[in-house]
Parts: sequence; C-alpha cells; structure tokens
Amino acid sequence: MKRYRHAASGVLVPLVALALWQLLSSMGWVNATILPSPLQVLIKWWAYLRPLEAFDPAQGSYLKWCFSGELIQDALGSLYRVLVGFFIGGGLALPLGLAMGYSRVMYGLFNPLVQVLRPIPPIAYIPLSILWFGLGNPPAVFLISIGAFFPVLMNTVAGVQNVDSIFLRVGRNLGATRFTQFTRIILPAATPYIFTGARIGMGTAFIVVIVSEMIAVNNGLGYRILEAREYLWSDKIIAGMFTIGLLGLGIDTLMSGLSTHLLKWHRGLEQG
Amino acid sequence: MSHISIRDVHKVFESGGQEIRALQAIHLEIARGEFVCLLGPSGCGKSTLLNAVAGFSLPTSGAITVEGVPITEPGPDRGMVFQEYALFPWMTVEQNIAFGLQIKRMDKAAIRSKVDDLLGMLHLEDFRKRYPKDLSGGMRQRVAIARVLAIDSPIMLMDEPFGALDALTRRNLQDELLRLWTELKKTILFVTHSIEEALYLADRTVVMTYRPGTIKRDLSIDLPRPRDVASPAFNALKKELSQLLMEEQDRHRQDEFKGAAVD
Repeated sequence: MKRYRHAASGVLVPLVALALWQLLSSMGWVNATILPSPLQVLIKWWAYLRPLEAFDPAQGSYLKWCFSGELIQDALGSLYRVLVGFFIGGGLALPLGLAMGYSRVMYGLFNPLVQVLRPIPPIAYIPLSILWFGLGNPPAVFLISIGAFFPVLMNTVAGVQNVDSIFLRVGRNLGATRFTQFTRIILPAATPYIFTGARIGMGTAFIVVIVSEMIAVNNGLGYRILEAREYLWSDKIIAGMFTIGLLGLGIDTLMSGLSTHLLKWHRGLEQG
Repeated sequence: MSHISIRDVHKVFESGGQEIRALQAIHLEIARGEFVCLLGPSGCGKSTLLNAVAGFSLPTSGAITVEGVPITEPGPDRGMVFQEYALFPWMTVEQNIAFGLQIKRMDKAAIRSKVDDLLGMLHLEDFRKRYPKDLSGGMRQRVAIARVLAIDSPIMLMDEPFGALDALTRRNLQDELLRLWTELKKTILFVTHSIEEALYLADRTVVMTYRPGTIKRDLSIDLPRPRDVASPAFNALKKELSQLLMEEQDRHRQDEFKGAAVD
C-alpha cells in the first residue's frame, strides 16, 4: 500500500505540469511554434517513431521494417556511439587508474598531466577532433571517449587508494604474494568505486554524444533535434529531448541494476 | 627452547612531532602451547608488541625469534585475528576461510574438506554461503578464527579479538577458544585490556606499563580450568591486577589531560 502511495506521489507533479502545459496551449496563451501542446508533441513523437514507408516484403523482414522508423534509427546511432566511446575511454582509464592507484611512482608520473587535462570539457575538443578525424563517427567517438575517460580514471584511482589497509595486512599475514594481493584483495575492494566511475562515465558519454552529433554527423538524436530547429519543428525538438531523457534513464537503470547484482556483498554496507 | 623469544625489544616512533617510546626493553619467552595474555591500558604498547611479533612493524632494536628464526616479515606461521574481524566483505564465509589455503595452492578437494571441518568446528555450517555483512559480530569473529586455523599456523596472535562483542557472546567465544586451544595445542599471544578476560583465559598474564611500554608484572595464572570467575582465588588475582592496572591507567589519564596522549 505504502509503495503504491509512494509511486502515486511520484507521478503527481509531472501530471500537474503536463496539465498546466496543455492548458497554456489549449487556451492559446502561447504561440504553438514556440511551445507546442503535449498532445501535439505526442502525435509528432509517434510519427517520428513509426516506419516511414509501408511494409514491403521485398525490402526485407518485418522486424527490420519495425526498426526502420527515424527515431529508432537515431536512437540506435546515438547508442552505438555512446557504447563505442564509453568502452574505448573506460577501457583505457581502467588499467591506468589501477596502475596510478597502486603505484606511487605511476601516480607521481601521471597525476600532473591528468589534473591539467581533466578540467577541459570534452566540448572544447570539438575543433581539434574535426581537424584530426574529419566528420562522421570518429570525432564523435573521440569526444565521448574523453568524456567517459576521466570519471572512470578518477574513481578507479580513488578505489585502489582507499582499500582498507587492514585487508592488505590480512593478505600479508596469510602469505599472499603481491600478485594475489592485487587480484584477490585490491581489485574486488575497489570495484564499488570502479562501478560508480563507470556509471558517471556513462552519464557523461551520454551528454557528449548529443553535443557531438550536433556538429559531426547527420543522424542520431542530437543531430535530429538540431535539424528540427532549422524547420521550426518545436514539437519534434521536444519529442527528441524526451527520447534522450528516457534513453539516458534506461541506460542508468541498467548500469545500476548490473552493479547491484554484481556487488551483492556490498549492498547496505555503505551505511555500516 | 621457547617458541617465541622476545629479547630486549625497543620500539620508538614519532607522532605529532613527538617521540614516543612505545616499547622499552621487553624480554619475554613464550613456551610452545602456552596461552599468554598481554594486559594493559590503551597506549601501553601491547598492540605494538603484537604487531612486532606478527611482522607488521618491526622493532627499532632487539630481536624477536620464532623457533630461533628472526622475524623479518608477516607470515602464515603466525596467524592473526583482529578486533575489527577484517573479513573480506566480497567473499562468502567459506571463501574467506579457504583464501589462505588457496594462497598455499592446496588442491581443491583438500580445501573443500578442510573448510567443511572448520565450518563444523566453529558451528558455521548454516552460514557458509553468507557474506560477512549478514553475520553478527560473534559469527564474524568465528569466521576470522576459522580463517587463521585453516592455515595451520602454530602461533595465533589475537588483538583484542572479543573487544567489540557483548558480554555473553564474549564468554561464549572465550570458551570456544579454550576448547580449540586445548584440542589444537596452539601457542597463543592474546592482547586485551580486560582483566577478567586475561584471568579467564591465560596461563600467564603479562601486565604492561603506560609509556614507555615495559613489562610491569609477569604473572602465572595457576587456577584450574574451567575457571570459576566467582571463586575467591580468581577474585584475589583480579584485585591484584586491578591495582597494577589502575596505576597505569592513572598515568594514561594524566597524559590525556595534558593533551599528550596520542593513540
């Protein structure tokens, strides 16, 4: 009962906001080009989602046809860039972070450079990325990698550095070699941090993909909302924005579900 | 030959720009199979001495030898049980117990049967798949003891292992420890600040002084086991030790008032 009440109170504010928005539009208080009604957005969203052409067996399978809508193609394009960029950025950050967290020497060598580069927002790399990689997916993936790189790096370093020293003492006491200490104690002890870093990195990748699509490619959700602006299709802009929000939420839910599942031992440990 | 031999051990370290003589001229010979308690107020260096025997922090001067061999680093011949349990939270109970055996590269079947034995010995069978966070303090300490027993170290070092437990669980685990000690004939060096615990467990209780840490009294406890904490003999010893300890506690307190105590 309590759970339902909780859920109900969660949708209350969005519903009221929607109602107000609809009211503003229906009463003609705002220009529909500037702010279309929610209903209009929903209709546009459906049109954006639907396949453009009628089903034709000669053109391929039914499933392929279902996914041929512009919105789905855009979402898949964005998702692809996010995942490739995330795995490149995170994949480079993880080993470097482990090395920097574990070895003072590595930390001393790399930390100054990292601290200088870290505050540069990925967006500032846009001119260089186009100069280096031209147009298309490569510059977009490059920007996303940079966005994912630093959160994973910083959290991995912190995770390794914050391993409770008592665990290392136990390891030495039981006769563990340095290798065993690293693989069986330091690595698992740091995983909660690493997962947090991955989740933040994924969030950053998602922000950067939208921006990168506005400059370098000609599909994807970021491209589409910018294109819609050219034609003053504000309903499509808003439909695209909501799609971005929902996709981001979906990815984050998946990430947190995965980390809860893999870190069963850690659940509830944060509170002591 | 004594099992553990501590000769003229000094330990000095710096804390807050202040030189602290944690241990001074410690001599202690511990026989094989002996149960020795180190007793003293906090800051008396009892944990420092234990850590020196464990090899975590070596003495500034003097020698500690086990069976005549000087200690240079921690090792599985001196298993340690910590007050804060220090179980690996990402391992289940059985994985925690098996860890030391995997390090020794024992084969899987042997590990399995050894872990089964220990789970039985410490009444942990029903908890084998649990993670430490789902166990009570007493259960966690049983797992920590099993983890040390698994590696068959002849010496067990225990750093206030029952300090965080409630009185009943504590007595329970003390009895359990005595049973295991009798059965397995370990040499035990046990740090505590509880007089009653020292008298209940030890063959010998070594009272240490507050800074510099020296040995104030080395007392054999000749009471028959199981010991009756209400007996006149037990209480006479308790009174004697209380007096010794209170003198040290007073010095500790005065230092604290002066703001000089650093733990």
